[in-house]
Amino acid sequence: MTQREIAEQSVPKSVNWLPYRFERLSSDEVLVSNIAGEWVLLDGQQFDQLATLSFADDDLVKLLLANHILITEDDRVSGRLLSLKLATRIRQLPELTGLHIFVVTLRCDHSCEYCQVSRKNSNSTEHDMSWDDAARALDIVFSSPSTNLKIEFQGGESLLNFELIKRVVVEAKRRNIDGSRNLSFVIASNLVPLNEEILTFALEHSIYFSTSIDGPEELHNSNRSRPGRNSYQLATDGIASIRKTLGDDYVSALMTTTERSLDQPEAIIDEYVRLGFNEVFLRFLSPYGHAVKTRAISRYGNRQWMDFYQRGLKYIIELNRSGTEVVEVLASIYLRKLLVNDCGGYVDLTTPTGAGLGALVYNYDGDVYASDEGRMLREMGDDSFKLGSVRTHRYKDLILSERFLDVVEDSYAPSSPMCSDCALEPFCGSDPVFHHSTQGDVTGFKPLSDFCERTMTLVPLLLRLYREDRFCRDLFTRWATR
Amino acid sequence: MIELRGRSEIAQIRAPLKKTVFRLEDHPEVSGSFQLVSTGTPRGFTPPLLSFSQDIDNWEGDLIIGPANMSYLKSGDVIGITADGRFLDALWRGNGTTNTLLLTERCDNYCLMCSQPPRDRSDDWLLDQAFEVISLMPENADEIGLSGGEPTLYGSRFIELVAHVRSTLPVTALHILSNGRRFSDMSFASEYARSSGDGTMVGIPIYGAEYSLHDYVVQAAGAFDETVDGILNLGELGQSIEIRVVLHALTAPHIVDIARYIARNLPFVDQVALMGLEMMGLARHNLNRLWIEPIDYLEDLAEATQILDSHGIRTYIYNHQLCTLHPDIWEFAVKSISDWKNEYDPVCSDCDVVADCGGFFHSAKYGSSSSIFPVLADGTPKFGSRSIPTVVSDSKIWSRRKIPLVPVEASENGQIDDDH
Repeated sequence: MTQREIAEQSVPKSVNWLPYRFERLSSDEVLVSNIAGEWVLLDGQQFDQLATLSFADDDLVKLLLANHILITEDDRVSGRLLSLKLATRIRQLPELTGLHIFVVTLRCDHSCEYCQVSRKNSNSTEHDMSWDDAARALDIVFSSPSTNLKIEFQGGESLLNFELIKRVVVEAKRRNIDGSRNLSFVIASNLVPLNEEILTFALEHSIYFSTSIDGPEELHNSNRSRPGRNSYQLATDGIASIRKTLGDDYVSALMTTTERSLDQPEAIIDEYVRLGFNEVFLRFLSPYGHAVKTRAISRYGNRQWMDFYQRGLKYIIELNRSGTEVVEVLASIYLRKLLVNDCGGYVDLTTPTGAGLGALVYNYDGDVYASDEGRMLREMGDDSFKLGSVRTHRYKDLILSERFLDVVEDSYAPSSPMCSDCALEPFCGSDPVFHHSTQGDVTGFKPLSDFCERTMTLVPLLLRLYREDRFCRDLFTRWATR
Repeated sequence: MIELRGRSEIAQIRAPLKKTVFRLEDHPEVSGSFQLVSTGTPRGFTPPLLSFSQDIDNWEGDLIIGPANMSYLKSGDVIGITADGRFLDALWRGNGTTNTLLLTERCDNYCLMCSQPPRDRSDDWLLDQAFEVISLMPENADEIGLSGGEPTLYGSRFIELVAHVRSTLPVTALHILSNGRRFSDMSFASEYARSSGDGTMVGIPIYGAEYSLHDYVVQAAGAFDETVDGILNLGELGQSIEIRVVLHALTAPHIVDIARYIARNLPFVDQVALMGLEMMGLARHNLNRLWIEPIDYLEDLAEATQILDSHGIRTYIYNHQLCTLHPDIWEFAVKSISDWKNEYDPVCSDCDVVADCGGFFHSAKYGSSSSIFPVLADGTPKFGSRSIPTVVSDSKIWSRRKIPLVPVEASENGQIDDDH
């Protein structure tokens, strides 16, 4: 066979921009991204080449072509790939309202200083949800289009109204007798009322538990006071019983950061590892409810929380590096947006807002809120996010009310001032409830927004770790795709 | 290494054979011999008796004594015989782990490392032969591959062949190797999808995360866009797709970018095969451009594999000896290069993982990694009494012994000397 003459690699000559956004992260770092969530991190000199389309560096051109920041004249697939990626990214959107939160009682034996709800400690049942309201709420649950339906029981202390939980679970399963929905149940609880009957029922119906662990015993008990000062003991006993009866995967824990937490992220994380959890969600304190009244929220600022977070994240990475597998959940939410064609299902960090569209909250009195925070605002006298009542509204009335649709539209990040041209927008979200409560406006002025500041700080942090550390790249890829 | 082609010891043929593709069946009367079964029997044609032993007595009809080194053939295998009876080709073997039918040597790509260098000449008889082989294969056959050249150049006749496989061999896995470009024509892709049924996968190469590298490797301008477009069409039609990446000096430095590109743009594919360079055909000719020590891309290959695996894309690594791979990704290495290619280096006899290792292509005699060394079960090199230079790669110490690799020259008449 005759050897053909080899044509040398043709360096792209005529290239043009595809729409992109950029953000200078530091004096010599520019993040460039597009609507489909492709991103590259450039140095200043590389960015100048992109901005002027005068390239000294062929490899840079190839990098930008591969990431659909640049396009060649005769390209015939980039447009198709970009539209596919965008469609993939937002494919979950029609799966509206998968999370349904039933506030089955406001009663609680704890008096946590950061509690977002005005808890009731009376034994009377006036703050319990009635069966009639719960049944009407189920009508709404089964009217939402999502194939995945998660019913979460909250309080107060939800298990103080276990009788209602039982009826809701049994009735929801009856309504799903054809199996057309993937139905799951979560009980959010401090686990104090946990007993054999509850465990047996949970086992029978594969119910998950979500509890609170704020860190080591002393910190936990200071944050979460109850008569006897034994919240930690009861919670960890409960975790052990659930694992024994249902299995390790059936209980997860969340932490809330208080002023006392700020100097001990490592101890908090160690506590989670010691308790056998493989994930930690380093959460910020939300400015609602009791947390505002007791001024817990004003005792530390966003910057302090972010210092806490960064310390915690670095510690978690080192734990993983030395063989202890543990995931930081907030990072994994951002990373999913950065590394996978998916905006993620986390209702507090998605756009259009996850409030209402992703989740509905049924209060004990039958009122329906767009989010848990919306319910807490109501406790503070602000009913902006009250969508209606199970007694008078159907699913469509709640989701399609003018007032709610305005909120969705006004807070939609890709068309919000300052977000629409932000390179980090594809990795961020909308939080109309937060911006309403802190700025009196669902869109919010982003330079003053803690929400914005968190993304603007944490995403670059993750990107730098991803770029500089091979171990982090593997770890983050696993977190993003878990 | 087994021979797939051989010269008959004896070919007693009175007239040229009217059929040239046969299934072997144990002869009911002459023990140790095969009767040959073909599709239909032309008038007046009785196929010869095939044996691999010399002592056939009292046989009146046509007789072929096959080459001794092909005596591995068994009842159920399908062979080709030249019309004069002098040459045998093993076309499909029940014991084979890889049974691939070459459909054509024509191709619209001209990959720098092609193991089957394209020839631009009519060879439609190969396609006719493939129809026959498929008709003769046992219905319970595990797998059949179709390759080229570029099989889709046949257009509708290729689709007919796929349909023929699916109707004749409904449970046999069908694996097709294609450069994917033809599938950028949606009507062709749709025709294919109508014929492919269940159990058909098409393997398509991607050699870059952007067009310029891919088009250079395949030596065809515009190929990348057509290939990706073709993959998207096949994906839209719900077809099973494998992406294949051959690793050499041009692609290996970009393997992480390529993996990321696949994960982000083509996450719907069923699997990705990351393949070592086979020292065949054009690869030997272009070795100066293509050779890279696998150890020089060891970290990148590990990262690329983990990206693909994390994204839920089934990933296989072919043609890499375990000592050239990061132990983190050993689990992705496919042991069998193929049942007629595995060979081992003398140093491998000291290795603790040789039993799990794919070894080498036979063609590795023309050049292979100079960093082959015995390792412990955890991947740590065994130094033994050797004194060999070491390089440090990310906290692990790897040993090397340097053997110069010499690319083959085209011989005077412009032919590449190849033993296949």
